[in-house]
Amino acid sequence: MASGSVPGFAWPRIDLTMPFSIAMMVLLAILVVGPMGWLAVTSVQDDATKALTFSHYTRLVTDPSFAKPLLTTLWTSLAVAGICIGFAAPMAWLVARTSLPFKRTIRSLVLASFVTPPFLGAFAWVLLGGPNAGLVNQWYYALFGLKAFEDPPLINIFSAWGMVFVMALYTFPYVFTFVANSLEMIPSELEEASAILGGSNWRTARTITLPLVMPALLAGFIVAFLQSMTLFGAPAILALPSGIDTMTTKIWSLFQFPPQLGLAAAASLPLLLVTVLLLRTQAAIMGRKGYSVVGGKGGGHRPIRLGFWNIPALAVFGLVLSCSILLPYGVMVRTAFTKNWSAPIAGNMTLDNWRFVFLEFSQTKMALVNTFVLGAGAATAGTILATTIGYLSLRKLVWGHRAIGLLATSPVAIPGIVLAVGLFLTYTHPPLVLFGTLWIIFLAYVTKELPVGYQQVASSLRSIHPELEDASRIFGATRLRALVDITAPLIRNGVIATWIFIFIGSIRELSATILLFTARTKTISVTMFDLRESNDWGPIAVLSLTMLAITFAMIAVITHFTDRRIA
Amino acid sequence: MDRRSFIVAMSVALSASALAQETTPQMVAAAEKEGKVVWYSSVDVKVAEEIKKLFQQAYPKIDMEVERSGSERVFQRINQEYQANIHNVDVVNSSDASHFLFWKQQKWLASHKPPDLAKFPKDGYDPEGYYATWRATLNVMGYNTNLVKEADAPRGYRDLLDPKWKGKLVKAHPGYSGTALTGTYALVKALGWDYFEKLSKQGVQQLQSTTAPPKTIASGERAVEVDGNEYNMFIEIDKKSPVKIIYAVEGTPFVTSPTAIFAQAPHPNAARVLQNFLYTAKAQQILVDAGGARSLHPDVKEPANRTPLGKIKLLPDDPKGMLPQVNEIKKKYTAIFGN
Repeated sequence: MASGSVPGFAWPRIDLTMPFSIAMMVLLAILVVGPMGWLAVTSVQDDATKALTFSHYTRLVTDPSFAKPLLTTLWTSLAVAGICIGFAAPMAWLVARTSLPFKRTIRSLVLASFVTPPFLGAFAWVLLGGPNAGLVNQWYYALFGLKAFEDPPLINIFSAWGMVFVMALYTFPYVFTFVANSLEMIPSELEEASAILGGSNWRTARTITLPLVMPALLAGFIVAFLQSMTLFGAPAILALPSGIDTMTTKIWSLFQFPPQLGLAAAASLPLLLVTVLLLRTQAAIMGRKGYSVVGGKGGGHRPIRLGFWNIPALAVFGLVLSCSILLPYGVMVRTAFTKNWSAPIAGNMTLDNWRFVFLEFSQTKMALVNTFVLGAGAATAGTILATTIGYLSLRKLVWGHRAIGLLATSPVAIPGIVLAVGLFLTYTHPPLVLFGTLWIIFLAYVTKELPVGYQQVASSLRSIHPELEDASRIFGATRLRALVDITAPLIRNGVIATWIFIFIGSIRELSATILLFTARTKTISVTMFDLRESNDWGPIAVLSLTMLAITFAMIAVITHFTDRRIA
Repeated sequence: MDRRSFIVAMSVALSASALAQETTPQMVAAAEKEGKVVWYSSVDVKVAEEIKKLFQQAYPKIDMEVERSGSERVFQRINQEYQANIHNVDVVNSSDASHFLFWKQQKWLASHKPPDLAKFPKDGYDPEGYYATWRATLNVMGYNTNLVKEADAPRGYRDLLDPKWKGKLVKAHPGYSGTALTGTYALVKALGWDYFEKLSKQGVQQLQSTTAPPKTIASGERAVEVDGNEYNMFIEIDKKSPVKIIYAVEGTPFVTSPTAIFAQAPHPNAARVLQNFLYTAKAQQILVDAGGARSLHPDVKEPANRTPLGKIKLLPDDPKGMLPQVNEIKKKYTAIFGN
């Protein structure tokens, strides 16, 4: 505008940010709004005639074969969330506030539970908790002189409670992390004051600490509930053999040929609505300003001495972490190296499973390549997208930055299987037929992981004050130059971490992939799921260990670059 | 020669000249140029890889891609792919013989008669050459010998309704497995749906594939299988697993498992080379020896320790009768046993 006063030579300055931000919004709308729009439209359409109908919804409400899975989903998710709070909150308190030994080990094992895909845990628990041949039950029978089939087992994993148990094992790290982080933020002055006034440790924890971490507890409860509600692998592996359906397995079965798309769309919407509502509630709780004590770094905490209580406390950790990590990983290793997984090891050792998976099984190579291509592709695209959007919206650089940020985080409210239904409906017909290619799965992964990436990038951007960039601009650098020279090096580690987060999230994805894959576009996770249908446990164990090895190698890379704790 | 048979003879001659029936050097050269053949099959994954190994030894320049899943899942995948205009499959094998009637009606299959079929019994292949019985298996009962004494073992399906088997049974699902579907159709004819209603009260563990129950009773997770592939039982027995086959007094469902070439196969020459190979005495013998299957090829020798088919009361399959009832059977079964 100022330079416009020189006549003749000044080109009118075109503001490129406006079209750029519109392009971003369109891109995000294609990713998010498109599939959800098709979902809504299909749910009120007759599959054949495309006429307007509400029959799918009527069927959903009146047909007991839908009401029952819905009820199962609700009560099992509530149970998982309740169990998670019951165990993880005291565990987090013990780690954050007491003199409990082995805290580092405990933290890394909790992290390991966090990154172990729940469907993998479910596989392992079939081998551990099968009522008659499961190893834990075999030990139990042997220990008490009982007999399989005649006496009730210790654990029957093929039941709704078995499924709740396994889901809770891989969901509690969320609650643990929320509560532990929140406890670390709360200064301990209030608790010390209570102690000085003569309150016992127990009374202090109950009357001071508990109310302070209430928001974190509620948030943890909601996240645990949503996690369990949207899982597909664990219910399919543990509940289906007993004829128990959840909403996710029901939606999946509607995709069997001939697919009942309208009904699948209608069945997806309740999951979507519940998620949106609960996430709004959570945001409202977390955003409350009433707990102003919580904020900034708390002072040093004086750890409470546990003394004798160390033993029962460690026993609880031992039990939970054995169930989530030690036993499952152990049984996977055992199964990978034996002919008959339930028989004694002596005379039963073999390398056949490894040879079969890596030298004979024709799907291994294709699935590995697909998984890597998808993981790396989604991670790269997701990181670029998240970084661009994060930068634009946090620095408030463009018109509509708020809307862009909102769109980028909105997929967090879309359960994986619901997203897959939406993508399937959008990309199986012209103008763009992507079903049968890796692209449709790629879109699913990018969309699903975008919120995670955005949060990651946003948190590293927030830690860099804009005045560094401003200084560089004052000295005459262009915005791009400032970005390249100042900001990029500072957020480099954050960006690398984002890439790896998305990569890990993508290579373990099952609940969306299960609806989108075809023979040519299989990933490791669906290959394992196929092997489960014929009970080929040896090869499943080999693939599980492979997947875990890749995941932990990636985590080692993150910790190398970022040098910070994740859990 | 009347006009009708003349036209038939002409069209046969024409199609034969387009693509030879026996494996010629030209066909192999064209197949090698295509470089690959894609086989969808419901046979046990390890048997499938065994067949692949054998094929690659014979034709090292043709890569063979195996996609294994349950018959009903194979059917769903192919139909879903064809609906989305994806032509990925060359040769298909399914243990639900009615699939081939459906695909033939849809005109999705190519007519091709492997030379070895000349030796097969007449009911072993489609007279028009659209499919042929590649293997057969029985859908058998069985038990774990550590958990059940021979004297106590059930002798037939009705015995399973005894309360003593409650919580000990395992079974595959007709919504997934073609063998289970064929078996369910035969048993409904023999015993009625009423039988399945009563069976469902026995706390039956419900698995997907008929390849799975033999592995489950071998591990001891369940004591008795209501159904399962005879060939998987043979494989377990050869592995010295503690299992035994029961040929039920009411009869055992006989399940044929055809293969066919798709008309829109992306590798038509390689598809024909593979299809011919699958019916050779050599491949059929491997299928019997390592895969535990029953073969219709007269040159194939059965291992001595297997009960000859002639001594077993069989419930034959009936794809034509089953085809119109497939969805009804799946629906009823799911209503009784769940998914």
